[in-house]
Amino acid sequence: MKIRSLMMAVAVAATGLTSAVVTTSAQAQAKEQFFPVLPYRTGAYAPNGVPWANGYADYLKVINARDGGINGVKISFEECDTAYATDRGVECYERLKGKSQGAIFQPLSTGITFALTEKAPNDKNSLITGGYGRSESSDGQVFKWNFPLMGTYWSGADIIMQHITKKEGGNIKGKKIALVYHDSPYGKEPIPLLQERAKMQGFDLQLLPVTAPGVEQKATWLQVRQARPDYVLLWGWGVMNSAALKEAVATGYPREKMYGVWWSAAEPDVKDVGEAAKGYNGLVVTGEGGKIIADIKTHVHGKKTGTGPVEEVGSTLYNRGMVSAALAVEGVRQAQTRFGKGKVMTGEQIRWGLENLTLDQKALDKLGLGTVMKPLSTSCLDHEGSRSARVHTWDGKKWNFTSDWIEADESIIKPLVKQFADKYATEKKLTRRTAADCQS
Amino acid sequence: MFYRENGQFKTTYKEDQQIFPITQDRIGVLLLIAFAFIGVPMLADEYMLRAILIPFLILSLAALGVNILVGYCGQISLGSGAFMAVGAYAAYNFFVRIDGMPLILAVLMGGFFATLVGMFFGIPSLRVKGLYLAVATLAAQFFCDWAFLRIKWFTNDSASGTASVADLQVFGMPINTPFEKYTFCLAFLVVFGLLAKNLVRSAIGREWMAIRDMDVAAAVIGIRPMYAKLSAFAVSSFIVGVAGALWAFVYLGSWEPAAFSVDRSFQLLFMVILGGMGSIMGSFFGAAFIVVLPIIINLVLPSLGAVVGVEVSTAALTHAEQMIFGALIVWFLIVEPHGLAKLWSVGKQKLRLWPFPH
Repeated sequence: MKIRSLMMAVAVAATGLTSAVVTTSAQAQAKEQFFPVLPYRTGAYAPNGVPWANGYADYLKVINARDGGINGVKISFEECDTAYATDRGVECYERLKGKSQGAIFQPLSTGITFALTEKAPNDKNSLITGGYGRSESSDGQVFKWNFPLMGTYWSGADIIMQHITKKEGGNIKGKKIALVYHDSPYGKEPIPLLQERAKMQGFDLQLLPVTAPGVEQKATWLQVRQARPDYVLLWGWGVMNSAALKEAVATGYPREKMYGVWWSAAEPDVKDVGEAAKGYNGLVVTGEGGKIIADIKTHVHGKKTGTGPVEEVGSTLYNRGMVSAALAVEGVRQAQTRFGKGKVMTGEQIRWGLENLTLDQKALDKLGLGTVMKPLSTSCLDHEGSRSARVHTWDGKKWNFTSDWIEADESIIKPLVKQFADKYATEKKLTRRTAADCQS
Repeated sequence: MFYRENGQFKTTYKEDQQIFPITQDRIGVLLLIAFAFIGVPMLADEYMLRAILIPFLILSLAALGVNILVGYCGQISLGSGAFMAVGAYAAYNFFVRIDGMPLILAVLMGGFFATLVGMFFGIPSLRVKGLYLAVATLAAQFFCDWAFLRIKWFTNDSASGTASVADLQVFGMPINTPFEKYTFCLAFLVVFGLLAKNLVRSAIGREWMAIRDMDVAAAVIGIRPMYAKLSAFAVSSFIVGVAGALWAFVYLGSWEPAAFSVDRSFQLLFMVILGGMGSIMGSFFGAAFIVVLPIIINLVLPSLGAVVGVEVSTAALTHAEQMIFGALIVWFLIVEPHGLAKLWSVGKQKLRLWPFPH
């Protein structure tokens, strides 16, 4: 009996494996551009990971449904759930990278980005880390395969500090500013920039780490209560954000004085807190939906092929996922302009495409993204493309934009990027890319 | 019939004391090692090597270390993740701070420092045991998590708190391709596997097992509990530390303390329990089970779903994985509490009598 059931199990597993192998080889033969997707729909950060993943998938679907692919090349994609764990992410990367001749990976986790930064150059795969990842990787001369498009954490921190400075009338000397951060590479990223700014502007920076996943923050907020900082910057993700807001309510810390980075200021973060979170500020890099949202609603959700609930379409993190997918698609489209329209692009060609992206307002309008994202252009020197964001404020029911686009101050970030990229290059014994290499 | 040992006479002590006294075992293991070194790299593709075999080898090594402590000496530890982390960070610091540090030496130094930390956190085992010791070793886990997150010196003052290595080489040969990495890890595993197998057969191994089975009785017959327990902690942490260094250097390349969180400790303990406590073979089975099963589920479930016409979403897949995993662990513990290694030995026993069982 036992042996029979064991045999059954083996047989089932074997058929499963063969069919898996057969389907993958069938995929490889078709003329399709493959997009690996590394989202997380499970784990401690799922509430924020899911809308992002849905937006990402829907955008890829709308390109197929509305435009028939990228210049006729259909998009195929496959998800592999990382649960925000670095080793799972690495496994997913290894699993999906073999399915095409080079692709764009977007791991949505600073930890996984760090691990993949070491691997991607060998495999000739590009990494888009839109709004996260290594801040110094905006230096394209050292980080040939990394693209922290649309802002790094240094840009984010800089924009928040600019906004606060303006609010305080230009002088924040002697003020106390606390950074409540997720104690992981993600949370620690903004620290060098804030320290630089603290030196420049003479404010007092307090670093208050919160252990991942961030549910337990009592001790941190006790420190906030004691120190009474003038502003609190929140660098949280997932459940940590709503927990921080609840603690702020409990501590009586004014929400108006709190600023979240773009990962800490979306609907899932404030919904549970509701009215109590009123006045909380956060960064946002995407604008309101516009045409693309209508397209997704008609072409994808209208045909019952949408990912996730239709009500989520147009929310902050959904838009973010959508824009991230758009950047990947545009990278491929740009590559096709040089290497042949209607062809499947290889890893090196896609990298060239990403490095020579020029998405001006006209191009964005054509894609329906005109109101969603700011124009962006990359180069060999600058892999970041654009570095601006807006502040939005929660009114208890929805987010409202409360500032204009603010551009991060390059005069502060650039030297810092150079310094850290050089440090990385020395550690890894890399040499900066030459002008000739930039042309390739 | 195939596995018959009658007729194999041992006429010298040396013959009688071999690691594998039965000829079939000896040939089998040699063939297996030869296959692992020569056959596997030829057959396996890059994904197989990088995503399945390399983590399998490294986690087997770690499970081997944990098995010595938990399975052979009976000291339940939940701090294995911490000892892996110590190994990784110590190796990292030797590797980046000393110019021209050989990779193998750095990895072994990682093991050495893990030994020191392991012995330090093993001291409570002299007073407390069982569940109490598990909690005491959990302290090691939390302490190390804290230290590697907060003390910047350990990560070479990296701004984001991650450590990363590059340019790995042994005697001038680079360790970059999956094949090289696989062979590198396999060499470590084979050496440590044979050493561990020998160690548990020796006097010290018997002392560990005596302590495990009944520590008071062991003390009465002249075994020093302090020596036995601390040596088990030392040997175990050394192996676990080496595995940690390999996990960080070879598999991840760039890591943060979360790679060695308490989850990792639990994972290692599961491997030992599922694979078989007090069995070298069991460590490999356990590691294979824990590493390979989620991947198989991930590959098979969508295809199975397609057969029945159901689309399995990414989230459903991960949830199913956790459910199946939990169910299988419970099922295994009920059906075969001695782990997969017991199934193996039952199989061997059956082969011995085949085809005429009595």
